[in-house]
Amino acid sequence: MADPILEVKNLHVHFETHDGTAEVINGIDFSIDRGETAALVGETGCGKSVTVKSIMGLLPSATIPEGEIRYKGEDVLSLSDAERHSRRGKEMSMIMQDPMTSLNPVLTVGEQMMDVLKWQGRPRLSLSKLVRDALSTGAKAEHRKRAIEMLGEVEISAPERVFESYPVELSGGMRQRVLIAIALLSEPDLLIADEPGTALDVTTEAKVLDLLDELVEERDTSVLYITHDLGVAREVSDRINVMYAGEIVEQAPTVDLFANPQHPYTRGLLESIPTLSTGIGDGIEGHLPDYTNPPAGCRFADRCPHAEAACHEAYPYPRRTGPDHATACHLFDGLPARERHESLAADPVDIGTAPWLAGGGDAPGDISADGGTDQ
Amino acid sequence: MSYVDYLVRRAIHSVPVIFGLSVLIFLISRVIPGDPVRLALGPEATEQQVATLRAEMGLDQPLPMQYADWLFGVVQGDWGMSLRTNNNVFSDIVARLPATLELTVVTLFFAVLLAIPFGVVAGTNKDRWQDHLSRITALFGVSMPRFWVAIVLQIVFVVSLGLLPLSGRLSDGVAPPPAVTNLYLVDSLIAGQFGTFLDAATHLLLPTVALGLATLAQVMRLIRSDMIDEQRKDYVLAARAYGLPNTLIEYKYMLQNAFTSSLTVVGLAFGFLLGNAFLVEIVFAWPGMARYGVQAILYQDFNAIVGVTIVVGIGFVTANFVVDLLYGYLDPRVRLEEG
Repeated sequence: MADPILEVKNLHVHFETHDGTAEVINGIDFSIDRGETAALVGETGCGKSVTVKSIMGLLPSATIPEGEIRYKGEDVLSLSDAERHSRRGKEMSMIMQDPMTSLNPVLTVGEQMMDVLKWQGRPRLSLSKLVRDALSTGAKAEHRKRAIEMLGEVEISAPERVFESYPVELSGGMRQRVLIAIALLSEPDLLIADEPGTALDVTTEAKVLDLLDELVEERDTSVLYITHDLGVAREVSDRINVMYAGEIVEQAPTVDLFANPQHPYTRGLLESIPTLSTGIGDGIEGHLPDYTNPPAGCRFADRCPHAEAACHEAYPYPRRTGPDHATACHLFDGLPARERHESLAADPVDIGTAPWLAGGGDAPGDISADGGTDQ
Repeated sequence: MSYVDYLVRRAIHSVPVIFGLSVLIFLISRVIPGDPVRLALGPEATEQQVATLRAEMGLDQPLPMQYADWLFGVVQGDWGMSLRTNNNVFSDIVARLPATLELTVVTLFFAVLLAIPFGVVAGTNKDRWQDHLSRITALFGVSMPRFWVAIVLQIVFVVSLGLLPLSGRLSDGVAPPPAVTNLYLVDSLIAGQFGTFLDAATHLLLPTVALGLATLAQVMRLIRSDMIDEQRKDYVLAARAYGLPNTLIEYKYMLQNAFTSSLTVVGLAFGFLLGNAFLVEIVFAWPGMARYGVQAILYQDFNAIVGVTIVVGIGFVTANFVVDLLYGYLDPRVRLEEG
């Protein structure tokens, strides 16, 4: 936590709906150090996208009644729209989730990249700049060179051809590479990756993830990685924040989290990863709570196999359960709770031989063997 | 596939359309009530005379032969005589078409040109005052009959305010510019007669507004709803995340996507303008083809009716061809994915 590039403190995000106020993000805290890759993991609808859009300032319809988002120490929520706009793309950029829909279908890849180089951070279209751009062939050639160079960096073998192509002429993997290239064009310090590769087949996804890993390593870019897949998070991230229903229920370094998954939800997620030995897991019963009328206590209580009366009444503040490990669960209250947790931990999470472990080198048993006992 | 291939394919596609159109027009000309031979000879003619003229006119031939004959004549500019003007229908139409074309093309151009920014502003400010204003204006524009709008415009701008000329294409005493295209706006510019250009433009203003208000409203509402659809697309969010200015996203990224779907309607709108121009042409005494067509109908001037129908039909087909070209130009998916 020495030098955080991004700190999110007690962030609340609300939406006004016909059924009342939806309290979608309910006080989350996390931070990303410079050069670190942090993952935000949770099921669809848990508020991951809302969180990153709040960070990017791309949620005009939301209200943020409480909380702070600090980027390089600066409270971005207090900045004007223009100031936030000037930072988008340049300071923090985003790789979109779906390569099929995230490129403009009617413009060539090259034109979209040139637009980012030309217009990034500018408040509006200006006629004088349009005229100047049309006249200056030098700047145009330079932008073109830069764009093609970037396409080369994402390991596209014929960058000139792709530059002239329309998105419809490219494969999904190719488009995902183009999205990465565009996001990195202005060399942002913070990159938000919203499930890149999820829409691709597994082998293409693996290649794209490896590539992304290399690119951010070279540039020392900090990454906030959004995924619903703990397996992917394990591959790419240094630190994992597990999110459930607008709250972060567990956060720990990746190694710690897999060695010692604590929150019942995290354990449920691990169990629901399909494995070769046990097949598709049971998953977690039930649904996300209603955001317009959230439970008073723990938002996971209704689905939690270990829930007690107290869980439905009192809000579970995050407990520090290790030197760098926090879990928001009543099971970690006081000694009796700890005993209960130990009995819970004694029941190992069988993550079997998950496909994503194949390259990781860990024996599958490592994770479940001593889960929780040393906290 | 290149754009040229796409053009050629589109052009080939319109051949059967034109063929079908010609068959239809031919059949219409044959089912219009009244026997042209009887009409020509009058009630006193004998059966013998009728049969002779029928043979002379080729009307005793089977229909396909008659069609071939007719088509051959039409292609050569032999569209028959007008009963009302006693001129060749073809030369009548050639004399009047430029006035109507000038009116409809200028109307369509300005209707679309204004519909774009209004539609974008309404769509990007959904449910705010800009949107409500556009909705009320559109409702007004669509629901007011064109001839009524035309008369109201005349009362306000000509009679009360005296700002604009009442009718016709040029003021009395202003000579038409040397004929090149017979579009006065174009011809006066070619001849460098700016006074004439201005005069023609002021004469064009009110008919254009009267004719184009409904089209403007229609296209504006379409662009608005297409813009609203585009706003939800991922590429828009992506463009915002890259820090592109909003105006660029709206007027370049979203508009190009939104406009492709409105384009089809623009093609149809041109056909409607041609067909509806007569209301405005009559009110403004505009010497155009549409007014000629209406008069032909009132006089049961069959050759003229068929002639006008041919021109409107060709206008429709041409407009849709142009729309296809623009469509392929604006949306690469159209030219790349087909075939």
